[in-house]
Amino acid sequence: MILPRSLPWHRPLRSLLPLAALPFLGGCNMVVLNPAGDVARQQADVLMISVGLMLLIIVPVMALTVWFAWKYRASNEKATYKPNWDHSTALELVIWSGPLLIVIALGALTWISTHLLDPYRPIGRISAEKPETPRDAPLEIQVVSLDWKWLFIYPEQGIATVNRLVVPVDRQVRFRLSSSSVMNTFYVPAMAGMIYTMPGMETKLHAVLNRPGTFEGMSAHYSGAGFSYMNFKTTSTDAAGFDKFVAGVKAMPNRLDTQRYLELEKPSEKVPPMGFAGVEPGLFNRIVQMCVKPGTPCMTESMGHGGHGSAVNSRLPQEGERTKGALEKAPSDYGVSPHSSGDAPQGSKAAPGAAEPGSDANRNMTRIAPFAMPGRPAPAQG
Amino acid sequence: MSETLTKLIFGRLTIESFPIHEPIIVMTFIAVAIGGAAVLAALTYFKLWGYLWKEWFTTVDHKRIGIMYMILGIVMLLRGFADAVMMRGQQAMAFGQNEGFLNAHHYDQVFTAHGVIMIFFVAMPLVTGLMNYIVPLQIGARDVSFPFLNNFSFWMTASGVVIVMASLFVGEFARTGWLAFAPLSGLDYSPDVGVDYYIWALQLAGVGTLLSGVNLIATIVKMRAPGMGLMKMPIFTWSALVTNILIVAAFPVLTAVLAMLSLDRYVGTNFFTNTLGGNPMMYVNMIWIWGHPEVYILILPAFGVFSEIVSTFSGKRLFGYTSMVYALLVITILSYLVWLHHFFTMGSGASVNSFFGITTMIISIPTGAKIFNWLFTMYRGRIRYELPMLWAIAFMLTFTIGGMTGVLLAVPPADFVLHNSLFLVAHFHNVIIGGVVFGMFAGINYWFPKAFGFKLDKKWGLVSFWCWFVGFWVAFTPLYVLGLMGITRRLRHFDDPSLQIWFIIAAVGAAIIAVGIAAFLVQIAVSIMNRDKLRDFTGDPWGGRSLEWATSSPPPDYNFAFTPVVHDMDAWYDMKEHKYARPTEGFTAIHMPSNTWAGIVLAGISTVFGLAMVWYIWWLAALSFVAVIGVAIYHTFNYNRDFHIPVEEVIETERQRTADLQAAGV
Repeated sequence: MILPRSLPWHRPLRSLLPLAALPFLGGCNMVVLNPAGDVARQQADVLMISVGLMLLIIVPVMALTVWFAWKYRASNEKATYKPNWDHSTALELVIWSGPLLIVIALGALTWISTHLLDPYRPIGRISAEKPETPRDAPLEIQVVSLDWKWLFIYPEQGIATVNRLVVPVDRQVRFRLSSSSVMNTFYVPAMAGMIYTMPGMETKLHAVLNRPGTFEGMSAHYSGAGFSYMNFKTTSTDAAGFDKFVAGVKAMPNRLDTQRYLELEKPSEKVPPMGFAGVEPGLFNRIVQMCVKPGTPCMTESMGHGGHGSAVNSRLPQEGERTKGALEKAPSDYGVSPHSSGDAPQGSKAAPGAAEPGSDANRNMTRIAPFAMPGRPAPAQG
Repeated sequence: MSETLTKLIFGRLTIESFPIHEPIIVMTFIAVAIGGAAVLAALTYFKLWGYLWKEWFTTVDHKRIGIMYMILGIVMLLRGFADAVMMRGQQAMAFGQNEGFLNAHHYDQVFTAHGVIMIFFVAMPLVTGLMNYIVPLQIGARDVSFPFLNNFSFWMTASGVVIVMASLFVGEFARTGWLAFAPLSGLDYSPDVGVDYYIWALQLAGVGTLLSGVNLIATIVKMRAPGMGLMKMPIFTWSALVTNILIVAAFPVLTAVLAMLSLDRYVGTNFFTNTLGGNPMMYVNMIWIWGHPEVYILILPAFGVFSEIVSTFSGKRLFGYTSMVYALLVITILSYLVWLHHFFTMGSGASVNSFFGITTMIISIPTGAKIFNWLFTMYRGRIRYELPMLWAIAFMLTFTIGGMTGVLLAVPPADFVLHNSLFLVAHFHNVIIGGVVFGMFAGINYWFPKAFGFKLDKKWGLVSFWCWFVGFWVAFTPLYVLGLMGITRRLRHFDDPSLQIWFIIAAVGAAIIAVGIAAFLVQIAVSIMNRDKLRDFTGDPWGGRSLEWATSSPPPDYNFAFTPVVHDMDAWYDMKEHKYARPTEGFTAIHMPSNTWAGIVLAGISTVFGLAMVWYIWWLAALSFVAVIGVAIYHTFNYNRDFHIPVEEVIETERQRTADLQAAGV
């Protein structure tokens, strides 16, 4: 990104610079301000309107600060000096009511936009150019964050992918999201705002992508050692391209059944995209209820909180499943807590990184022993 | 020796727990050990142990305890900043094939430690230290209400510091982020010692923070000089009062949530686990019910500092004192009604999100009012640009932007695209550095002459100031930009090489701040060397307005020979206006609290208890727990708790003060 030369770099109002730069940078690769999906577009609009409203008060305050600081400097003997002036009802009224008015405006904007852009609410329009309410049923995609990769299940198509999200352009997508172990956040900045994925809970997100392209997706909430590589490419394509993608995955050899999911669920990093030609029915619901493992009873369907999913998992304990607290452990089960893990990275030789994401050498980066991916040889240890 | 016996004795502490295979840490450890040994040897050589023990470690004097808090905070600033430098270095280089120099295991500890240390062991000690030193002087008191408790509180904070620092060399620190969100911090996903270090460091330091909060509330409510009604209290004391009310109301929530997390980890309960009825959302809610008031605990004292400084250096009464006080109270109450804005994106409904978004915006009204009040205090003033005032102006310009991005993040649709991004990181550094850190440096430059009797060197102070001010914006503007580019936080590697330039700029900013910190240390050293030239005999080097400037610099142990009587908000200014004559006779012996060993000993045993719990050394934990209770009970039988400063000594001290004032021509 190159900043335009006309920017006032030399001016003393250094602190105003990020603001001054905002509109200029927006035209570059600021995906948050210039997204490809209508939901993110509207969120960016709310963002810019809010900034504009606040600048109404911020700019005068900063200008006055600089002006007063200069005008009433001690060496300026000509300036008025009133050492005992400390109250003015009129000024106090302005001081409190000015920000109040801004907050009233901002509060109204907040109330309306928060409800309109609630991720649980189906979108009201495909884009600004296509303002009618979408008539097609939304495409459902079930999203599960695993340690440390993303699983996408397409229930209608009966396929699943890992670290690869493909959606049709201009079609509403209804994401249902959960997590297998710890919290993560599903975030495709070009498409829509983020939403957390949480174990034992289900969240929802409605979004659309309005132009074909490939965009970044990631986990935005730290989730452990492999977090930095929990990225996935998101592609939007026309209907024909989407069908081609589905057919391509359908032609792949593997199926995502319980056994394979339990393998997949184990921690691993830098996982290259994978595809599964079939998915065991009901897998996502069992993931949400944390009962994928054969023999674990699913929690009773809770009353739910307006469809937001239950936050409390009331499943009964299983023999040997509960983690024992430290005081309950036999001394031999304490384990050791070594100062640190294996080797520090030694540059590209030790770990090829993005150049060869599937390389087993990459897995040396964490102290948690990596497990074999389904259908792939066990990585070399050490 | 059988393995079971070894484990019974040493718990999970083994030889692998020591970093003998980590060259960087071994070198750090050797450097620290040599440095530490040199300090210890010097102390022994110059026979300073007795002095330190008698005059400092066991002191109950709020002034000395305040200074020890400040030193603790500054030392830990160096540690926390070292973590920051490592993060900026890693992010500036780890692109594409380059994995940087920190693996995930280290990097994740570094960002966790950075957050924990900067909040709990830098900002909190600095804020508490400043309140401890200044508040009793501002209200004309001899000391705080409970002087022993004050000493104990300090040492408990130091105890938390010892535990955090131990994790650097023995075992590891948490790899969870600074709030240790469940379920990641549970035994299932963090079985190692890191989270236990986190829990015990915070629990022990939390005892100190809570007790010091109780102490200062009691002091401010009960020990004000005659005539000082609540609405005549200096504004810094007001901010200290509401801050400590926040501490007393908020910290028990942290203690409770960490206690529940420890129960999950130690006895296998299921408060925050994924299954068996556990509810990780409860952890998130509770930690933020503490966490949001915590940020006001840090910023309100800074607001108080700026109010004092702007008024003093503008040579004017504070504009809108009453509305300043009400603004503080409104912020105090509202700070409990906004915690959910830290997790709009966790799936709460639109009405809930709107409610918490709007309450958050409402806080900006009283905060904005305070900014305006400082502005109109400068209006028609005579502004002297001494160092504290420069920090205040820099604060007003910087904090306004931070406040604006904060309100922006309070708008849920905007938060959905900016949460967990580097924009968020830039925002909270903008308010914490631009507000709290600038405030602490302003306060240090302002009150240093009071504490030590000489001003700080202006030249090096200017270097430090400009490096911090410029360095802050160079370091964090790129983070704002990156956040708008959809880049999120806590990543240790990036694929897109076009981002690298921004991280390099941010690293340059961190380097400029490093110069600022170094210049601050040089400033202190140079000032100590030139102390005779910088000496102030008046006790009132800035033309101050509140009571702390009425006594000598440094103040005598008893602060004021006669308790001052207050007639106006700016008590000392009012006394000067009315040609107040300092009494030079009629002194009496002064009743004072005695020093005590109990604080440092209790905290020392508590540290042992914490470390034993971290390492599962149950026998030692039990022993030290019993010892803490035993020593505390034993201490209650110590009836030798007070003494009188003989009248001759008071007369001599005050005679010296009279001579100093005459020499200074006052």
